[in-house]
Amino acid sequence: MTAVEETPAEEGERPIGYGRLLRKEDPRLIRGMGNFVDDIQLPGMLHLAILRSPVAHARIANIDTSAAQAHPKVVAVITGADLAEQGLAWMPTLSNDVQSVLATDKVRFQHQEVAFVVAEDRYSARDALELIDVEYDMLPVISDVRSALDADAPVIRDDLEGKADNHIFDWETGDEASTNEVFERADVVVSEEIIYPRVHPAPMETCACVAQVERVSGQLTLWSTTQAPHAHRTVYALVAGLPEHKIRIIAPDIGGGFGGKVPIYPGYVCAIVASLVIGKPVKWTEDRTENLVSTGFARDYIMKGEIAATSDGKILAVRTNVLADHGAFNGVASPIKYPAGFFGVFTGSYDLEAAHCKMTAVYTNKAPGGVAYACSFRITEAVYLIERIVDCLAFELDMDPAELRLKNFIKPEQFPYETKTGWVYDSGDYEPAMRKAMDMAGYAQLREEQAEKRERGELMGIGISFFTEAVGAGPRKDMDILGLGMADGCELRVHPTGKAIVRLSVKTQGQGHETTFAQIVAEELGIPPEDIDVIHGDTDNTPFGLGTYGSRSTPVSGAAAALVARKVRDKAQIIASGMLEASVADLEWVKGSFHVAGDPSKSVTIQDIAMRAHGAGDLPDGIEGGLEAQICYNPTNLTYPFGAYICVVDIDPATAEVKVRRFIAVDDCGTQINPMIIEGQVHGGLADGVGMALMEMIAFDEDGNCLSASLMDYLIPTSLECPDWETGHTVTPSPHHPIGAKGIGESATVGSPPAVVNAVVDALKPFGIRHADMPLTPSRVWETMQGNHTAPI
Amino acid sequence: MQVNIVINGQEVTEEIEPRMLLVHFIRDQAGLTGTHWGCDTSNCGTCVVLIDGEPVKSCTTLAAMTSGHQVTTVEGMEVDGVLDPVQEGFMQCHGLQCGFCTPGMMLTARALLDQNPDPSEHEIREAISGQICRCTGYSSIVRSIRWAAENGTPVSLEGASS
Ligand code: FES
Ligand code: FES
Repeated sequence: MTAVEETPAEEGERPIGYGRLLRKEDPRLIRGMGNFVDDIQLPGMLHLAILRSPVAHARIANIDTSAAQAHPKVVAVITGADLAEQGLAWMPTLSNDVQSVLATDKVRFQHQEVAFVVAEDRYSARDALELIDVEYDMLPVISDVRSALDADAPVIRDDLEGKADNHIFDWETGDEASTNEVFERADVVVSEEIIYPRVHPAPMETCACVAQVERVSGQLTLWSTTQAPHAHRTVYALVAGLPEHKIRIIAPDIGGGFGGKVPIYPGYVCAIVASLVIGKPVKWTEDRTENLVSTGFARDYIMKGEIAATSDGKILAVRTNVLADHGAFNGVASPIKYPAGFFGVFTGSYDLEAAHCKMTAVYTNKAPGGVAYACSFRITEAVYLIERIVDCLAFELDMDPAELRLKNFIKPEQFPYETKTGWVYDSGDYEPAMRKAMDMAGYAQLREEQAEKRERGELMGIGISFFTEAVGAGPRKDMDILGLGMADGCELRVHPTGKAIVRLSVKTQGQGHETTFAQIVAEELGIPPEDIDVIHGDTDNTPFGLGTYGSRSTPVSGAAAALVARKVRDKAQIIASGMLEASVADLEWVKGSFHVAGDPSKSVTIQDIAMRAHGAGDLPDGIEGGLEAQICYNPTNLTYPFGAYICVVDIDPATAEVKVRRFIAVDDCGTQINPMIIEGQVHGGLADGVGMALMEMIAFDEDGNCLSASLMDYLIPTSLECPDWETGHTVTPSPHHPIGAKGIGESATVGSPPAVVNAVVDALKPFGIRHADMPLTPSRVWETMQGNHTAPI
Repeated sequence: MQVNIVINGQEVTEEIEPRMLLVHFIRDQAGLTGTHWGCDTSNCGTCVVLIDGEPVKSCTTLAAMTSGHQVTTVEGMEVDGVLDPVQEGFMQCHGLQCGFCTPGMMLTARALLDQNPDPSEHEIREAISGQICRCTGYSSIVRSIRWAAENGTPVSLEGASS
């Protein structure tokens, strides 16, 4: 397939479905009438607050809760020992490890959950935390991941039977022997240690829940900040031994997720336990410090990257050795057969002869996690590695980085393309996207300007990144989380008057599902989007599916929505054949109505058919009344969106402050459903990328103290650090997705960090700099300019 | 202690602890949950409301300090069923995604436009720079506020609170 300039959704051409449509969720949100978890007030509701460990590694010698219990407004104080009595002190993580809900034996990271208080109001619950006295016996701390496997390293996970070290897993992909062989004969080999520091999703809404257990029925309702309500329900059923049909998870409006709201956190379990024990609804709302120090972090990879090429710039092979810091509990939320997520796509957008990766993952005394923050299951790290090392190669060859990329792209005729690590890219046409970005940027002029500025001693950099994403997990033969296959259900019901509701398993956290999914059904059925309601985020009222993360909503549930609509249309066609007294095969479908082939005057609309389906008249033989369908869509492959990004920075030589002057992003996510929403998704991801490249990092001192525990220390870009984004697109549909769409939610987060870093490094070329690690804060850039660049971890 | 705050034109009188933050007063006592809370350190601005027309972070303000003052929250922006042009602009220009930062952003925008009906892009960026949006990357928020400047008949919020 080749790229075309227009979306297939040109206005006028397709008035019903795709195209720029204002969002259906906005009218309530702009009036302050959204319903976020902390907005929920139930009669008699109590408030829960969590006591956290001040130290990173210590044995708990004693906990005295008597003073807290005596507080007049406190209803309960619960410790790990209390939970252990119920068998609830530990819970499974999404990667088959266990994580403690409240510490019983020892604490393993700073701010780990130790006890909780339930009180009549939020202030009293916090007050009572101060009254709990915990004695800790300190243990040596592993905060430097490089020492986690030392022979004398303290064993963090002595709760695991027979565990004598901090090793979690080794993982390998590609072919080592053939890769080494290519490296040996290559003209040029470039090596670089490339670090992706720990960062945090930090959605503006922190995590929260309200748990309500009804005493008589035993029914648990949990309003929760979750991106994956159905998966959570199953895990709660497994943890608490509650029957699944007695658990209802409601994810109301969610104030951003970015992967951080995929895992189950101890706070949710604590609130459920509290409501079970006390018999009243219990609310838990995290504060910002708790959010930054204890919930799912992202990245934390030390990657030794190596690239082999001919002297004229043909890239031959890539290999890498990765040390992965997973914190104190392995909370990776990737499909279970992919402990390193989809890092295997580190071969990027290039046609290589060989590739190999070896990875070791370890425990450290840091908050648990391992996958979060819009990373498409570690593709962020993979793309950063390849796009950084390709620039290092360009530096060594003294070649223009755009030219080097253009020379090595997988060619359009090579798709579907199987990479040397076994991923089958579904479709792609890379060169037009790259050329379009270069045109938009005025690439040649920018290089001229840069040359002039260099003459004058000014520091200007131009950074390029070209990424291929792999999103839409995933085919159930390969992909599951805790045994739950990653296929998505979808249900569609057309009412007698031709209005419809569609029920999804996925859940928006701002991506606009209520709009996009109505458009998909509208496109397929010819019912206007305003006549279609999208129901999501409530396990009692939606079909099973694994939720919204890894940019999977459009590739998986979007396909489900299109196919369920086609199923309804097939039934409608049979009913129409009865109404028009024509055979099914003689009917033609045009934008919401069937007519007899060759006689457009004999036609019925989908609304007419819906009324007939529910009406009193006869239906064709064997056809039941009603007009509805359900489906469970199992994708045959992932989808592979891609994009070309160009970043222009200026660095103040006196202060080393980096200013992003321009950012050009050309994305290809296949068929576009709502270009306005797509552009918004890209913009948000670009800001994330600027944040990670220039300022964001969750840092620790040697005692394991988290140094990034507030938004004063963990910096997020504001309006002043972001340029006015310049976006464009090409359209290369996915051949296997029913409407040709690919995911877009994380493309920019994945693709933009290397563009920014490459631009900064390019600006520092006069200093002979080939590489510098994120975050490129003024102090780190200054040190780099002085020749004192240090690794951030 | 007793406080009496006029929120969106309605007097709210409550017995509270002196330490109660305005954001909690608005959300929990007055039940107006459109004002959000997002950090412990006055950095995020999801809690911004107008006090006597000036944008203020309600997480950093004691409810007690606001006694006798006029507070406008997002719920007070729509007057007699007519949206503030800022609200309309945010819908038209996709100025929101999750909507969590939106009430604070819109109120800051309203205060800006009241003082400067035709702000430049840079003036808009300056005005909202004390607030964080994690979803939009800000361009569309800037466009939304420009939309309001270009298309909006200025609406006096005084009207909302009198
Ligand atoms: S809640 Fe973050 S600034 Fe007020
Ligand atoms: S729209 Fe989500 S934080 Fe701004």
